[in-house]
Amino acid sequence: MLVIEDVHTHYGKIEALHGVSVEVNRGEIVSLIGANGAGKTTLLMTVCGNPQASSGRILLDGRDITHLPTPEIMRSDIAIAPEGRRVFPGLTVAENLQMGGFFNTKAEVRASQAHVYELFPRLKERENQRAGTMSGGEQQMLAIGRALMSKPRLIILDEPSLGLAPLIIKQIFEIIGKLREEGITVFLVEQNAHQALKLADRGYVLETGRIRLQDTGANLLANPDVQNAYLGG
Amino acid sequence: MNAANFKHALFCAFITLIISYPILGLNLVSAGTSMGLEGASTVTIIGIFMAVAVVFLFQLCRDSAMAKLGQLPRPDFTSNRPPMTEKTRLKIQNIVILTIILGASLWPFIASRGSIDLATLVLIYIMLALGLNVVVGLAGLLDLGYVAFYAVGAYTFALLSQYFGVSFWFALPVGALLAALFGLALGFPVLRLRGDYLAIVTLGFGEIIRILLNNWTSLTGGPNGIGGIPDPTLFGLEFGRRIKEEGNLSFHEFFGIAYDSTHKVIFLYLIALVLAALTFFAVRRLMQMPVGRSWEALREDEIAARSLGLSRTGVKLSAFTIGAFFAGFAGTVFASKQGFISPESFVFLESAIILAIVVLGGMGSQFGVILAAIAVTILPELAREFSEYRMLIFGAAMVLMMVWRPQGLMPMRRIHIELEKQE
Repeated sequence: MLVIEDVHTHYGKIEALHGVSVEVNRGEIVSLIGANGAGKTTLLMTVCGNPQASSGRILLDGRDITHLPTPEIMRSDIAIAPEGRRVFPGLTVAENLQMGGFFNTKAEVRASQAHVYELFPRLKERENQRAGTMSGGEQQMLAIGRALMSKPRLIILDEPSLGLAPLIIKQIFEIIGKLREEGITVFLVEQNAHQALKLADRGYVLETGRIRLQDTGANLLANPDVQNAYLGG
Repeated sequence: MNAANFKHALFCAFITLIISYPILGLNLVSAGTSMGLEGASTVTIIGIFMAVAVVFLFQLCRDSAMAKLGQLPRPDFTSNRPPMTEKTRLKIQNIVILTIILGASLWPFIASRGSIDLATLVLIYIMLALGLNVVVGLAGLLDLGYVAFYAVGAYTFALLSQYFGVSFWFALPVGALLAALFGLALGFPVLRLRGDYLAIVTLGFGEIIRILLNNWTSLTGGPNGIGGIPDPTLFGLEFGRRIKEEGNLSFHEFFGIAYDSTHKVIFLYLIALVLAALTFFAVRRLMQMPVGRSWEALREDEIAARSLGLSRTGVKLSAFTIGAFFAGFAGTVFASKQGFISPESFVFLESAIILAIVVLGGMGSQFGVILAAIAVTILPELAREFSEYRMLIFGAAMVLMMVWRPQGLMPMRRIHIELEKQE
């Protein structure tokens, strides 16, 4: 579904990604873990075309999207729940969701909205509340829900567990599991390595702009190097 | 009232003294070819020291005074009332605005000429503020050079009429479109800028337009301005005593009534009213359309908006262009009303006043902006005797507003439900 081939990305003169290759197959949950500054978010931003890769290729369903402008990429089958949630604080939950389906027809938006409420009953309760007044967990649910509104086939989640209580994190990961059952491909970027790998079909470990390890989620969890570096021994 | 307060108050009083004494307490007197310095009258000196004392006392008990101000009852229309649905809200809005328009259209027939003139000015400011509200209030792009588009509208009409004898009705759309084009042109270089940087560039743009108009003497007449801008006509009927253009009839002869110079003023007022109403409804419609929602999304969170596939370019340019379009409207009406324009009318202060109207009214709120436009235009006229202190009163009003109602007179309403406490 999503193929990242030997991608190099520069911020000005500094190279942040030194040839990263990642493959996400249809229907999989793929987790990308790594420490702060490893380049996780940079990789995602490169997929979104901001900044664009200086060399290498990014293919979505075989179509080269490496040099497409960001809006065009985001209007295709990809949706992203950005790092730090980034819901529209002044808009209500319903309006936030409707923004997610901005380029879809009204009927589609209505259907997706009902579907999101099914996945997150909590959002239904808060339908007319301003997003900025909700708790972090609810906002994360909203961010994921908003990304789902455009009916993507690939959803990218950038650190969905950031700053949330363990109980809420568990709920969020359960929902991510549900997305797979619905046939949505998930590319998950996480610092919370344990949860992310437990759920993932396959995982990648990114270190200082290079892929260090790649394996199935279970194997990575069992890998002593990964345990030492990311799972606290 | 502790020691720190006392020290602070003393410092403020001292600042007041060193600022006001050289300005008010000393006068320059020219004696022949040389300049002399002379102390002001005893009354002024006493005045200065009284001001120092007032500042000292105020700063001494500032904390308690400000706390009291904060406790003043705030009109809260939202409390203890079930939320309105979007439909009823729009319905009520429609009724209110139609009543206002109806009242406003009858009003010139009972009011005096001077007040109609002033009301026309108010309507021009309403148009400007509603237009700027799109840029600043909805899209969240701080534009300090908005007056440039106003100038483009006004000068378009003035120049077209001077060089090509174009009428008001033809110049109106041309002026608005040209202003919109300038909005688009400004939009491109500032696409990547936000916040302070955007404000500075737009400020510069406003100044560039004004300086250009001021110095391009061969075309615009420079500081001398352009005069003899024609009045609008009613289907070819002129409002002057004598007909200026061949083939036109004059309004009073056509209807067989006595000539009255008020006719023209009323007519201009009605045009401004129609255009202001048009602006109001157009912007309100835009707010409900996807483009309006994308403006709000961009204001709320640019990265999130982009992550949803909105194009930053398109959204920003549309906000600038549409905002500028309405300024062009207002400019054309202004040129017609004044009959004479010069770069003097388009200084930065105008931008600041329009921005102040938007902020005072409540960013994004159309009713609030209209209310503020009325207040900001009429109050200085009512307080003519204090005209020297106009900016002082203006500043004080701003400070008080920001303490008392930081979201503006009538903040933008979004439907939201206050959750009932669960037991």
